[in-house]
Amino acid sequence: MCGIVGLFLKQPKLEPELGAMLSDMLVVMNDRGPDSAGFAVYGDGERGRVKLTISGTSEAALREAIAGLARAVGESLSVTLRHTHAVISLSAINEQKARRWIAARADIGLVGAGKRMELYKEVGLPERLAQQFRLAEMAGSHGIGHTRMATESAVTTRGAHPFSTGLDQCLVHNGSLSNHNGVRRVLQHEGLSFETENDTEVAAGYLSWKIREGASLKEALTQSLVDLDGFYTFVVGTESGFAVLRDPIACKPAVMAETDDYVAFGSEYRALAMLPGIDKAHIFEPAPATVYAWERG
Amino acid sequence: MPDCDLAKTPLRELNAMLHSLAPSTNETHWIVTNPGGKHAIACGLDAPVAIGIQGHVGYYCGGMNKQATIVVSGNAGVGVAENMMSGEVRVRGDASQAAGATGRGGLLVIEGNASARCGISMKGIDILVKGSIGPMSAFMAQAGNLVVLGDAGDALGDSIYEARLFVRGSVASLGADCVEKPMSSEDSSILNSVLKRAGMEDSVSVDEFRMFGSARRLYHFHIDNVDAY
Amino acid sequence: MTVPPHRTPPRFSSTFTQQVIAEIQRAAATGIYDIRGGGAKRALPHFDDLLFLGASISRYPLEGYREKCGTDVTLGTRFAKKPIKLKTPVTIAGMSFGALSAPAKEALGRGASAVGTSTTTGDGGMTPEERGHSSILVYQYLPSRYGMNPDDLRKADAIEIVIGQGAKPGGGGMLLGQKISPRVAKMRTLPESIDQRSACRHPDWTGPDDLEIKIEELRELTDWEKPIYVKVGASRPYYDTALAAKSGVDVLVLDGMQGGTAASQEVFIENVGLPILAAIRPAVQALQDLGLHRKLQLIVSGGIRTGADVAKALALGADAVAIGTAALIALGDNDPQLQAEYQKLGTVAGAYDDWQEGLDPAGITTQDPVLAARLDPVKAGRRLANYLSVLTLEAQTIARACGKSHLHNLEPEDLVALTIEAAAMAGVPLAGTNWIPGITK
Repeated sequence: MCGIVGLFLKQPKLEPELGAMLSDMLVVMNDRGPDSAGFAVYGDGERGRVKLTISGTSEAALREAIAGLARAVGESLSVTLRHTHAVISLSAINEQKARRWIAARADIGLVGAGKRMELYKEVGLPERLAQQFRLAEMAGSHGIGHTRMATESAVTTRGAHPFSTGLDQCLVHNGSLSNHNGVRRVLQHEGLSFETENDTEVAAGYLSWKIREGASLKEALTQSLVDLDGFYTFVVGTESGFAVLRDPIACKPAVMAETDDYVAFGSEYRALAMLPGIDKAHIFEPAPATVYAWERG
Repeated sequence: MPDCDLAKTPLRELNAMLHSLAPSTNETHWIVTNPGGKHAIACGLDAPVAIGIQGHVGYYCGGMNKQATIVVSGNAGVGVAENMMSGEVRVRGDASQAAGATGRGGLLVIEGNASARCGISMKGIDILVKGSIGPMSAFMAQAGNLVVLGDAGDALGDSIYEARLFVRGSVASLGADCVEKPMSSEDSSILNSVLKRAGMEDSVSVDEFRMFGSARRLYHFHIDNVDAY
Repeated sequence: MTVPPHRTPPRFSSTFTQQVIAEIQRAAATGIYDIRGGGAKRALPHFDDLLFLGASISRYPLEGYREKCGTDVTLGTRFAKKPIKLKTPVTIAGMSFGALSAPAKEALGRGASAVGTSTTTGDGGMTPEERGHSSILVYQYLPSRYGMNPDDLRKADAIEIVIGQGAKPGGGGMLLGQKISPRVAKMRTLPESIDQRSACRHPDWTGPDDLEIKIEELRELTDWEKPIYVKVGASRPYYDTALAAKSGVDVLVLDGMQGGTAASQEVFIENVGLPILAAIRPAVQALQDLGLHRKLQLIVSGGIRTGADVAKALALGADAVAIGTAALIALGDNDPQLQAEYQKLGTVAGAYDDWQEGLDPAGITTQDPVLAARLDPVKAGRRLANYLSVLTLEAQTIARACGKSHLHNLEPEDLVALTIEAAAMAGVPLAGTNWIPGITK
């Protein structure tokens, strides 16, 4: 059970402010999810390069690991360190080699990968984490964030949201799925692997699988209405947009605000109250069992 | 006219002040600014005072209200005026889920739209929505009147015990045991009085509405109703 | 019946027992599930399978009749401005006016007040008689919100948000038409004599993130004075306890599957939930993991009958217990003096559980004015007070024997189990061994 925020900018002019806006939104959701927090920000991407977000036990461990990774892939890496996470930009041709190298290490883990997506998540109070990761200084076109009140799975970094669903894809969830054990078994049979007992990871894996099988994001979400049982509000980030889906009973709260400049999502209005121009925004609740998606061309 | 800026005054202080008002208080008109979507604003009032809230409110604004008139110049979050006993709550914008839930009396006016489960388990309240209402509205409604000038979403009045549901626009679908009923002259005069109290009697006519209510087939456990349990 | 020679005598199936056959026949005839009152009747691992280790040489007992052994408990120390102070850790569980007659509710109030403990309203609202006769009254806030009134909320000493009940975790209650009298109907805003179905989810919130906001509203409404309880049926007690704690409750009420109900589906009563023995340790573990044990108080219920049960529940980590069925028996339910009348109803004293029908000859689970008038609330209240005193004295006796100057100093280490099942569920060693199944090798 949780708080969700999402912000999608329609125009470039607010891009330098994205992190600051998202940070304010996330901090308001502190009470809904005091166990852990996470967010994904879609910043600049470079042609032919990919960004890997890794987490480690300490900054020293991260620096040591990055030096090793640079030697392993044979290129000098561009790196940004933030608290327990590092974003590494490298040539796309080296992505698989780097992934294998990271997977072999026990002290670091891959959190997310994408041309533009950077993904941060950690155990602790959302308010403090937003500061530690310096979210307010990040720029980008869109981002999603999550504060977690764990229901049945462990309070761990890996159990924090967002869950990455594939390159530049990630998902946050509020609610609880009632058939995730069965769906997980089906997906494992299909070759997916899971790192946590978390129901949201199953939802994320489900969407990855559907997309891998050829579905569009919208089709995958529409099909999830049939295959996933329980209560959920999903917010999904992609390279160029984001999507929202609520279960057919619309059990968990959701409110959205749209202006000429942005589309914003919050579990409660409080999370949107400080956004610029909110007084004149079109404020609405997403309807149950309806996929909403925004793209920036 | 007391003025309370919630950006400066803690909510607990505002509510404590409102709860301590004597029935004969002279401080009868309050203005609340910067509500910022906070929860439980002006809940549990029991005095004939007017509260004007300038902005959007969070969950349970005006919850369990008695006597007071609360006007939200903005949108309201989940459960606005839940379990209201008397008085009036008016939302100038939209209302989130479960508006007027379990309300027992008084009048709730939503000038925009209300989302899912509007009037859920209503027990005597009158609710008027100028716009449309979402799915599962008036679920398990027991008494009172729900008047909708726009459309109603799916499963209107599911498992309804009693209550009158008046809809001017379309109804996406009716829930279990909810049926359209002919409007008697008593029903029309009740509808008219709700419209009047909400200040809408000149903008719409009673004839434009259809009425829905309980088919009373679920009053007793019976094998023939097994699909509805 | 005589069996002719060389014929096998009739043999009954262990799968299709006479009870099972009768239920299939009943289902076939009526087409509706069986509805009854009371709690689970099947054999379940229970407190009977635990024993206390009294003091001897390694530990010293307190003098049984002289040295002090405290029994008081304070509930709501976490956030409430006005916590509740009880003289005994045995409270009366929520039972509605509607399920019970007005004299029965009055008697519960009288009995509880006489020994300095609390009673609880139940679905359907608070009656003036009940408030008047209960010195400490907990007001239940239920999914149905039948009879919910903010004035009563303010009159209560504590508020209990009911999420579930041990007899039916995940299900809503019911009250059949025979008991929807004019007064009950008016209090619940229902037509008279209909079969009432209650919602199983609250109408205006779901989940712990919203529960936190609901608790904030109830605290704002009552100016942060009253303790806020949350009651759950035992099913996933570790998570439910942790989430209730995170949502900001003062007191958690955990009801095992032996807990009674006025009317529920038999299939629910017998097949859903955990026996209370299996539920306490995970709940206590969650509180310990959060550093909240004894700070957020835990009340357990479901099958509490004796002072030994009270002491065992407290030793496993509860702060107090609640009784329902036992309290009704103390008032006069299933009294053998009414045998002839039970037989007319097709049952016998000791087995009567058709509380849903409203025909209770003891005048307790009924709304029939003639039957209800049979119960003298003063005398019945006295019987309940006597019984509550016995429970307290019995628990004290055991605690003293274990060398404790307060009931709350009982620990799991004071217990052993007679069966492997009970040892595993209660997390205490099998008697005579150091083996706790699932914990030690």
